[in-house]
Amino acid sequence: MPPIVELKNISLVYHSKSGETQAIKDVSLSIEEGEFVSIVGPSGCGKSTLLSILAKLLTPTGGKIEIQNGVKIGYMLQKDYLFEWRTILSNACLALEIEKNLTQENKSEVMGLLVKYGLGDFINSKPSQLSGGMRQRAALIRTLALHPDILLLDEPFSALDYQTRLLVSDEISTIIRKEKKTAILVTHDISEAVATSDRVFVLSSRPATIKSVYTIELNIPERTPIKSREAKEFNYYFNKIWKDLDVNG
Amino acid sequence: MDNSSSQNISTEQLAFLNGLKKRERSVKLCQIFILVAFIAIWELTARFGLIDAFIFSQPSRMLSAAIDMCISGSIFKHIGITLFETVVGFSMGTIIGTAMAIVLWWNSFINDVSEPYLVVFNSLPKTALAPIIIVWLGNNMSSIIATALLTSVIVTVLNVSVGFSSVDNEKIKLIYTFGGTKKQVLTKVILPASVPAIINALKINVGLSFVGVIVGEFLVAKMGLGYLIVYGSQVFKLDWVMLSVVILAILAAFMYKTIVLLEKKIMQWRE
Repeated sequence: MPPIVELKNISLVYHSKSGETQAIKDVSLSIEEGEFVSIVGPSGCGKSTLLSILAKLLTPTGGKIEIQNGVKIGYMLQKDYLFEWRTILSNACLALEIEKNLTQENKSEVMGLLVKYGLGDFINSKPSQLSGGMRQRAALIRTLALHPDILLLDEPFSALDYQTRLLVSDEISTIIRKEKKTAILVTHDISEAVATSDRVFVLSSRPATIKSVYTIELNIPERTPIKSREAKEFNYYFNKIWKDLDVNG
Repeated sequence: MDNSSSQNISTEQLAFLNGLKKRERSVKLCQIFILVAFIAIWELTARFGLIDAFIFSQPSRMLSAAIDMCISGSIFKHIGITLFETVVGFSMGTIIGTAMAIVLWWNSFINDVSEPYLVVFNSLPKTALAPIIIVWLGNNMSSIIATALLTSVIVTVLNVSVGFSSVDNEKIKLIYTFGGTKKQVLTKVILPASVPAIINALKINVGLSFVGVIVGEFLVAKMGLGYLIVYGSQVFKLDWVMLSVVILAILAAFMYKTIVLLEKKIMQWRE
């Protein structure tokens, strides 16, 4: 089967008054359908830029993106950005509204997702009445409402405290696997990457190039992010990636 | 968590709440006392000849002037006209100002080009333009409304623009990640997020619009509180002048309260 998305020799140069910056240099990667991959790299290396290119919010200055025909892309930002002037239901319907596709059928589907993932009692609440984890789930449902085939996750848990972060990343990746989506997670948290992913791409510092790729094989039944952390192989991958990042400084 | 179920309030909490209530009451009492004392001192000093009631007027004379004007009905016409001009002035100022802010947000080139003009125009006392407007638009109500509009429109553009640009860029990106257009960014994020800024502009504009209307009425009107003030001072009817000023104060307070009420309603509806 051909990969669902493929980047071929992508590079990107930013222009500003103070000069030009090469953010990404010659990045090639391909992702299979149903895979959960992570991209880790030092802060400010251009990880988020890579996602913006995948989402077609930015046009690369060089290289090619190949996305399978009819494949839809959903994007989750660093914070939930639920609008305080909307209820949870109307926030979750925002993406559909923007697509001008807010039919009664779609709306009840969103309602079903909210109920399924424990937000049924909060449909008419304001975002500020929800906990960080619940807000993040509502934001995910907002994206899932568009039926994306690929989910781009831009450090979606980084705004949460450590404990919530573990729980939410567990929840979210379970939801994503349940809904059988392909996911690309950008993070600077090595353990998060190893715990959630099938494959991990390690980027160098700016300009970002692919430093190494790891296929994560953990010898445990029923893999979930929290259980993954107990696997024997977990530390092996962690140390490997840690070293790769450390060498880059 | 709201644990104030009426039975188990501790005595300390009760004492604290009573203290709060007491303070609130004292503040209200002092406020009323100052007003009553001011009126009483004014009345008494005028009555005992310490100040000249002919040039300072006096509460009782203002009251009888008010009663006379109520009977003849003229006061209602004056109030009605001034109120109408002011409301039209600040509503148009807010609407046109917000529309201009949208244009500037939409097109950064126009925004950059117009910036120095807006800054200079904002610092210029707009009432200085009133005579010019009267020459252009004539000796009538539209000149007064135009003056009121002019006083409020630029400050609205600046305030609402600040509101627009303080919207988190990531919220805008969110709309684009859903494949949204610039117009959707405007209607789904920028405008709803800026409702507080627009209401704030409205509040400021009530006061500014009054300034424009009164100056306009000083210059051209044959009706309205501004006219009454100028005419009263020319014929040394200080009772009329003082009465008009008091009515203006009441109108301004009333209008401000209305806007605050409107703000509450809109905020509730937004939720």
